[in-house]
Amino acid sequence: MTDFPQKKTVEEINDKIRKGNCVVVTAEQMIGIVESEGVKSAARKVDVVTTGTFGTMCSSGAFLNFGHTKPKMKASQVWINGVESYAGIAAVDCYVGATQVKRGDPLNGVHPGRFYYGGGHVIEDLVAGREVRLRAESYGTDCYPNREAVLNMKLEDMRDAVLHNPRNAYQNYNCAVNRSDRTIYTYMGVLRPNLANATFSSAGQLSPLLNDPYYLTMGTGVRIFLGGGVGVISWAGTQHAPETPRNERGIPVGGAGTLMLTGDLKQMNSRFLRGASLIGYGTSLMVGVGVPIPILNEEIAWHTGVSNKEIACPVVDYGSDYPNAEGAPLGQVSYADLYSGSIEVAGKKIPSTPLSSLPRAREIADTLKGWIEAGQFTLGAAQEPLKTPETRVKVPGGG
Amino acid sequence: MDYSRIVLLVFHQEVMYKPLIYKLVREFDLVFNILEAKILPRREGRLILELNGSKEDVLRGIEYLEKEGVTVTRIADQIHRDEEACVHCGACTAVCRTGALVTDPETMEVLFIPDKCVACGQCETACPMNALIGVNIERISA
Repeated sequence: MTDFPQKKTVEEINDKIRKGNCVVVTAEQMIGIVESEGVKSAARKVDVVTTGTFGTMCSSGAFLNFGHTKPKMKASQVWINGVESYAGIAAVDCYVGATQVKRGDPLNGVHPGRFYYGGGHVIEDLVAGREVRLRAESYGTDCYPNREAVLNMKLEDMRDAVLHNPRNAYQNYNCAVNRSDRTIYTYMGVLRPNLANATFSSAGQLSPLLNDPYYLTMGTGVRIFLGGGVGVISWAGTQHAPETPRNERGIPVGGAGTLMLTGDLKQMNSRFLRGASLIGYGTSLMVGVGVPIPILNEEIAWHTGVSNKEIACPVVDYGSDYPNAEGAPLGQVSYADLYSGSIEVAGKKIPSTPLSSLPRAREIADTLKGWIEAGQFTLGAAQEPLKTPETRVKVPGGG
Repeated sequence: MDYSRIVLLVFHQEVMYKPLIYKLVREFDLVFNILEAKILPRREGRLILELNGSKEDVLRGIEYLEKEGVTVTRIADQIHRDEEACVHCGACTAVCRTGALVTDPETMEVLFIPDKCVACGQCETACPMNALIGVNIERISA
């Protein structure tokens, strides 16, 4: 950071937010500002850049404390609407995971399975205020004698409900294709044979970790938009991989950083937390995440000016290479190409379609911008930073 | 040939094996394209046709089929998208082969154009939100 002395602090920006004179733009608006005014002017002028992403994030779930029954109970197995929720924790705590499928589902018994209901849907039902049926079983103890309970509950009846997602907001991801001769049903959607189509899942230039590729502002305690409410970055996500190779823009050329996110489920909104059924694959949860990036210096400003043509991702064969953990990417394509609707792979032009919702990602970045401008949302400074590479690319013309 | 309409024909048990379609060509000068066809266990035949001709001939042809006991429904009137459920993720656009589901390149919203739908049912399975209703030849209401 020697080339770019810290110009602002998070506390100074928070003062501006409280006074109502903080300059906030979305990551898409920032591209034009950096391009037309230069990075120095952009860093001076803009205080916060908001990001957003909305897509299927399997590593998600919620801790629920459903409150004590009378007599008391130490639940050892819990099902909510038939979806098993991990109960190997304290008496009336459980964790409902997004990909847990409802008991009795035929799964892929008849391929491809439809997976109509699972943990992601339980979370959506709770957030939408719908009643769920919770069934708990126990072996009974002297202090917790109750062996069975069936409770009809809404989210408001839960003692506590905390969304806690071990891995969200993946920094970049694969573009998926299928070189095999059969249609395959994957977490990257339906992939038709012989390279007939390509899918991708990233908000690209609006995505949180692509706007702060070295995690200079990211860490434990950073306050974020999570599922329509306010949450925090609670740790690096599982599989956080800062060492992934990067391009001249500092952007990793494949999946790299991830975030672990936590927030009170009771203040979230089902517009931004939706159960998903992925044919042939399973259930999941679509999560809306928006991270505000404080523009503390020119280096951070430069990174938030990144655009889709400067972000590339690997094209990976899900017909054979990915499932067998072998082979190499078939090439690299930019998000500008992917969002154009077609890409070229192995000399063939094929349609490319998204799996994450850019309209909703934009809505999240705009909503977060509105919260900050209205003085309702202040920034949290990173306490424990995320692990980052030792060297970083230099900002052109900076100093 | 200036008019085109995609219709679902339901042949109930009584007319299921009666040859009727050839008359559309012979008597009404229509060109038809078979998009989907299925015989259901409840002894009902279902056929999705694209009819091309002059508007008058298309309407006369439909009138003839109805008189013979075939239920004729315009596909576009029977399918819809649950706008609350749809999140505009784009998963359906990977499988739609008729251009009924496409993304707006500016907003990246998924546009649904019922007039282009042939009720092949592909999007119904690809949609993670179960937002597309009646787009399958078996389940479309007649």
